[in-house]
Amino acid sequence: MFDHLHLIEIKQMGKDYISGDSTVNAIKNMDFFIDDGEFVSIMGQSGSGKSTLLSIIGGLNHPTRGNIFVDTLDLYSLSREQRADFRSEYIGIIFQSFQLIPYLTVLENVKLPMAITGIKNEKKKEMAMSVLEKVGLQEKVDRLPDQLSGGEQERVAIARAIVNNPPILLADEPTGNLDSQTAKDVMDLLKKLNAEGQTIIMVTHNREMEKYSSRTIMIKDGSCLLS
Amino acid sequence: MKLHNISLNNLKRRKGKMIFLVMGLVIGIATVVTLLSITESMSKDIEARLNQFGANIVMTPRSESLSLSYGGISVGGVNYKVAEFDEQRMPEIRKIKNSKNLGVIAPKVLGPVKIKGKDVLLMGVDFEQEMALKTWWQFDGSIPKQTDEVLLGSEVAESLSLSPGDNLPFSGRRFFVAAVLRPTGASEDNAIIADLHESQKVLGKEGKISMVEIAAFCQGCPINELTLQIAERFPEAKVTALKQAVMSKMQSIEMFKSFSLGLSVVVIFIGSLMVFVTMMGSVNERTREIGIFRAIGFRRGHVMYIILFEAMIVGMIGGLMGFFGGNGIAWATLPFVLKGGAFAGINTSLGIISILLSITLSLAASLYPAHKASSLDPSDALRVL
Repeated sequence: MFDHLHLIEIKQMGKDYISGDSTVNAIKNMDFFIDDGEFVSIMGQSGSGKSTLLSIIGGLNHPTRGNIFVDTLDLYSLSREQRADFRSEYIGIIFQSFQLIPYLTVLENVKLPMAITGIKNEKKKEMAMSVLEKVGLQEKVDRLPDQLSGGEQERVAIARAIVNNPPILLADEPTGNLDSQTAKDVMDLLKKLNAEGQTIIMVTHNREMEKYSSRTIMIKDGSCLLS
Repeated sequence: MKLHNISLNNLKRRKGKMIFLVMGLVIGIATVVTLLSITESMSKDIEARLNQFGANIVMTPRSESLSLSYGGISVGGVNYKVAEFDEQRMPEIRKIKNSKNLGVIAPKVLGPVKIKGKDVLLMGVDFEQEMALKTWWQFDGSIPKQTDEVLLGSEVAESLSLSPGDNLPFSGRRFFVAAVLRPTGASEDNAIIADLHESQKVLGKEGKISMVEIAAFCQGCPINELTLQIAERFPEAKVTALKQAVMSKMQSIEMFKSFSLGLSVVVIFIGSLMVFVTMMGSVNERTREIGIFRAIGFRRGHVMYIILFEAMIVGMIGGLMGFFGGNGIAWATLPFVLKGGAFAGINTSLGIISILLSITLSLAASLYPAHKASSLDPSDALRVL
């Protein structure tokens, strides 16, 4: 069906959960692809399986069946540790509730993904400062997360997700905890990143956010409907 | 930003938890150091007291006769052969394996001389060594400095009606009484104590030694070991350890050491348990954080490194603080524990051992929590995706 020309290819992928004596089909068999440079929204109601889908694409959650190819790499044929390396190299994740490390400063949080790379310290700082400037937080590098507003924390999370220049940026409800103006600022920032060539896959249940993406994948009861 | 920066920042910015972790180790290590320091000071104190107490090893020529004396009353004996040591071989005593445990070595030559028709025991000694050994001696007059000066036992002085400054001619030589010993209750009361080499000449025993008294410090060495080592070098000698005093004191120290060891093991176990429980709690608390590390690409080894590096730092601080704290407690409590006892000083080796022990305990107690943390599934840990 696909010929590995796409950045991400999902083939006959499904995920079941065991709940007590019964099996829940969180994701029924899905087939779709995402190309390099796309801004894809995955939409659906709560419990539709969109976050599960995002975690599977991110190499965090083993599917029950099917395959996910990223850059022709069969993601779940890799060992757990190899998938950790894959995430380090390919994926940047923006979590719904920011998930910043509370005892690290803004700069340290942004440098976190580079802690396991061989990049020199000066270069790490330079890269972190560059993305912090991009998200407009260059003046608050020494603050701890609890000294920032929600919108600022979200921007730190974005900076941390993009600092390594990952080919794929996954965003789980990035505006879920923000007021409408801050949410708009964050979405503008994501749009800008996408315009610079960043592939973004965003999970949201907010239809207003759909307009920022180039394509929407609707999920309903674990099945996907391409838009 | 390196992995160890994450550990250091966590410790630095979560001070309460770090203090709690460190305290567990500080209590354990300080207890061990306090007990060991007190034990060491007690040993040194006893060593010093034993040194003051005098000889605890006596080396005499092997004789085929049996002693026929009891309670200071001699009923005579038959000597088939009386051997003596060669003075030139005396330095060999210091060549034994445990020579560092040897203190004063006081050789003597013994023999009878006739003075005013009476047989009197002449004891030739090296005055410098003898005075170092018999610190309890008290006398009227001054210590003999010239070879013709002698020290008289109290009973000899009384029997011969001599006092310091008197002339004492015997064996065709003229001697002067430099001092008279006050009664000691020991053999010296009946002896004329003179210079070793002068006495050898008088007795016709040039280059000969009748017996040797040795003061041994027996901290960390069994006195039997010392006597055996000396006996091996001098097969012709009978080397006797005056064990009772040493053994009883060393035995009480050994008992205290065993008690200290037992107590230390218990306290260290409790300290380690504190570290284990706190680390487990910390891992459980940090589940989400560990999920973030894993989600952004940290390997299991990276997560383990972060937790174990924290444990190492905690262990190092705990060891250092425990060591100095323990020394402080020992210094403060020693005057109460040991009457007149003084703190033996800071032992660097004990310091290094304390820090290494603390680090090892902290790492061992954190191994399972670190393994548990690194095994967390990132999606389970985060629960948001």
